[in-house]
Amino acid sequence: MVIDVAVIAFAQMPNVRAETVRNEVEMLMPVIADVRAKAGLTQADIGFTCSGSTDYLSGQAFSFVSTLDGVAPWPPIQESHVEMDGAWALYEAWVKLQLGDVETALVYCYGKSAPGPLHEVLSRQLDPYHVAPLWPDAISLAALQARMLIEAGKATEADFAEVASRSRRNALTNPNAQLAWDTAAADLLAEPCLVDPLRRSDCPPITDGACAVILASGDRARALRQRPAWIRGIDHRIEPMALGLRDLTVSLSTRTAAERAGVGNAPVDVAELHAPFAPQELILRESLGLADHANVNPSGGPLAANPVMVAGLTRIGEVAQRIMDGTATRGVAHATSGPCLQQNLVAVLEGED
Amino acid sequence: MPKELVAVVGVGQTKHQATRGDVSMAGLVREAATRALADAEMTWSDIDAVVVGKAPDFFEGVMMPELYLADALGATGKPLFRVHTAGSVGGSTAIVAAQLVQAGIHQRVLTVAFEKQSESEAMWALSMPIPFQPPLHAGAGGYFAPHIRSYMARSNAPDHIGILVALKDRLNALKNPYAHLHEPDISFDSIKDSMMLWDPIRYAETCPSSDGACAMVLASEAVADRSTKPVAWVKGTAMRSEPTMSADRDPVLPRGGSDCAADVYQQAGITDPRRQVDCVEMYVPFSWFEPMWLENLHFAPSGEGWKYVEDGVTGLDGDLPVNMSGGVLSSNPIGASGMLRFAEVALQVRGMAGDHQVPDARTAVGHAYGGGSQFFSMWVVGADKP
Repeated sequence: MVIDVAVIAFAQMPNVRAETVRNEVEMLMPVIADVRAKAGLTQADIGFTCSGSTDYLSGQAFSFVSTLDGVAPWPPIQESHVEMDGAWALYEAWVKLQLGDVETALVYCYGKSAPGPLHEVLSRQLDPYHVAPLWPDAISLAALQARMLIEAGKATEADFAEVASRSRRNALTNPNAQLAWDTAAADLLAEPCLVDPLRRSDCPPITDGACAVILASGDRARALRQRPAWIRGIDHRIEPMALGLRDLTVSLSTRTAAERAGVGNAPVDVAELHAPFAPQELILRESLGLADHANVNPSGGPLAANPVMVAGLTRIGEVAQRIMDGTATRGVAHATSGPCLQQNLVAVLEGED
Repeated sequence: MPKELVAVVGVGQTKHQATRGDVSMAGLVREAATRALADAEMTWSDIDAVVVGKAPDFFEGVMMPELYLADALGATGKPLFRVHTAGSVGGSTAIVAAQLVQAGIHQRVLTVAFEKQSESEAMWALSMPIPFQPPLHAGAGGYFAPHIRSYMARSNAPDHIGILVALKDRLNALKNPYAHLHEPDISFDSIKDSMMLWDPIRYAETCPSSDGACAMVLASEAVADRSTKPVAWVKGTAMRSEPTMSADRDPVLPRGGSDCAADVYQQAGITDPRRQVDCVEMYVPFSWFEPMWLENLHFAPSGEGWKYVEDGVTGLDGDLPVNMSGGVLSSNPIGASGMLRFAEVALQVRGMAGDHQVPDARTAVGHAYGGGSQFFSMWVVGADKP
C-alpha cells in the first residue's frame, strides 16, 4: 500500500426502530449534508462516490438509483454501488484512492429493515435450491451457531449475557443508539429463551439507519482534518455459505483478514465489532486476538443498533471518530455479511501524533 | 505512484439462451468461469480474488446471491466482491476487478457477471409498481421509446435506421456460437413487419431476455507477460453517473456518457476515436441506441450517427464495426451484458473472436450503460502493451 488513505469525516442518522415518514432518499440527505460539512467539502470537491445497499430491504429493483439523487450528482460524477454493507463500499473507494487519480471519496449506505419481516427476508440469502425453501430465519441460524459454541465448551449462556448487558450499558453514552439500558447479566439470564439458547437480549434490534464517511488521501487528508484516522490495513475474506462446510465456533475468514490488515502488529485501544448476535462477539474476539480486550464496542455495537447494510460501515465510523477526537490512537473495525459470519472485513485505523 | 498494468488473459462465456434449465445459478457462473480459467491456462487456486456483478437480485429471487455462489466460484478464503450499478454493472464489475490489479493489491482476479432471467419475468421486474413511481410504462422499452422519438426528431433520421441496426446485429450473431438469437431467415422485411411494441420500437428491434454468464481473468504485467496467448492490455477505464430527476439532463445524448468517453479516450491516448478505434461493442438493447451512442461516444458528429448506419460504416466489414458479437440485441443476460461487451473487445484485440473477428483489430472500445441512460462504464483495450 503506497498511498495513505484516511477517514476524515463520519456522520450517521440516529438509529430508529422504524422510520415511517421519510423514504430512503430523505433519510440519507441530512447524513450526506452532515458528513460533507464536517469535511468542509461539496460534491464538486469529491473525486469518487460509492454506496452500499440491498434491493431486498427496499422491496424495489434498482433502489439505489433513486437514492443517488440524494447526493445531487450533477454534473455527472465518478460513482459506483455495491450490493453489500457500506464497509465494502468503503473498500472499493479505498482501492480507487490507491490509484492516485482522485484524492477524496464519499461513501454512504442505508437500510430500512423495518418494512418487511427482516429475519425471513434474510433467509432469501441462503442456497436457493437446498436451504432457502425451508425458510430458516436469521435468529435460528445464529442460535445453531450459539449452540455449537456451548457444546464445544468455548462459552456459556452467562458469557452471552455479559456481552448483551455490557453492550446496552455502553450504548447509554451513544446518542445514536436505539437500545440502551443498564441491566445486570444475571437478570438477563433469568429471561426465557427466544430461540434456545438465545434470549431476546442476545439478539440485535431491528433498525432503520444510514451513515456516511469521507475518505481522503495523503496531504489532502492532512489539510482537511487535523487528526485523520489513517487506514493502515484493510482486508476482507469469505467462507462457503453452507453451515456444514465450516466450523461455526471460529471465524477463519476474520482471522485471515486480521492478519493481512495487521491487527496484531501493535496494541489496540478500541475495537468495534459487527457481531449482530452476542455469541458472535466472542467468536470474533478470539479470531482477532482480542479475547480479553477491555474496550470492545464502546458505542454499544450492533446489539444497540443494527441497521442492515449500514452496521458494518458504522463500526469503521465509530473507530475513526474516536481517533479523530483524539480519544484513541489505534483501533480495529470489523464488518460482516452472510449467515453466521460468512464474510468478514477488518480494518486497522491509526492517528498520527 | 504509477498504476500497475493490467491485461485480460482469459475470457469465457456461456451459451446464452432464453432458459438454461440444464444448470443452476452456480452451474451457470461456473460454465463461464471455468472457460475463462481454461483460456488463461489457470486453475481456481491461481486466483487471488473474485469480483461478481449482476443486476437486481429480484431477477432470480436470491438476495445477494454471490454469498451462496462463493463456494462455486472457488472464493473460499479469498476476497469476494459484489458490484451492482444497474445495466452498466457488467462493465463496472470488470473495472472494479481491473483496479484491484492496477492498485497492486492482487495479481490475478477472476471477474464474473451473470443473469438467469428465466427465474422471473424481467419486463415486469423493470416496471416499478406504485408507490415507487407512477404507472407510466411497461418494461424498459416503454421508458426508452420517447428518447428514441426525440432522437429521430432532432436528427431527422429516417424510420428504417433501427431496422438496419437490428438486421446487422442479428446477422453478426449468426457468426457467434454463444449468441442467444440465431435467426438465419431474418430480413429487412421480417423486422419491418414484426409487431410494434413501443412505437417506434418493433419486436425485432428489441433485445431478448436471456440466461447467461461472462467471466474474465485479469492479470498483472508479470503474469500477462508469461501468457502463451495474446493478451488484451487495458488502456483506460471510466465510469460516470448522473441523477434520475434533474432538469439539466438530456437523456437522449447524456452528458454522463459523453464525459465517460472523453475520460477513457484521454487515458488511452485517443484523440480521434473515429480513426483510432478499430471496433466497438456498445450497449444497444433497442436498435436505435446504436446511432445515439455513436454520437454520444464521439464517433459521429451530432445528428450524423444514423448516416453511419445507413452507409454501412458499422457493419462487420465496415470502417468502424459495431457489435460484432451480435450485441445486446442478440443476447441479453442483463447483469452480464456489459461484461460481454468488455470481453468481446478483449477477444477482438487478442485475435480470438472467431468468425466475427475484425481483421487486425488493435484498439477496441467496450461500453455499457444502465438506469434511465444515466450510468456509464467504458474501457479501451489494445493488443500493444502501453
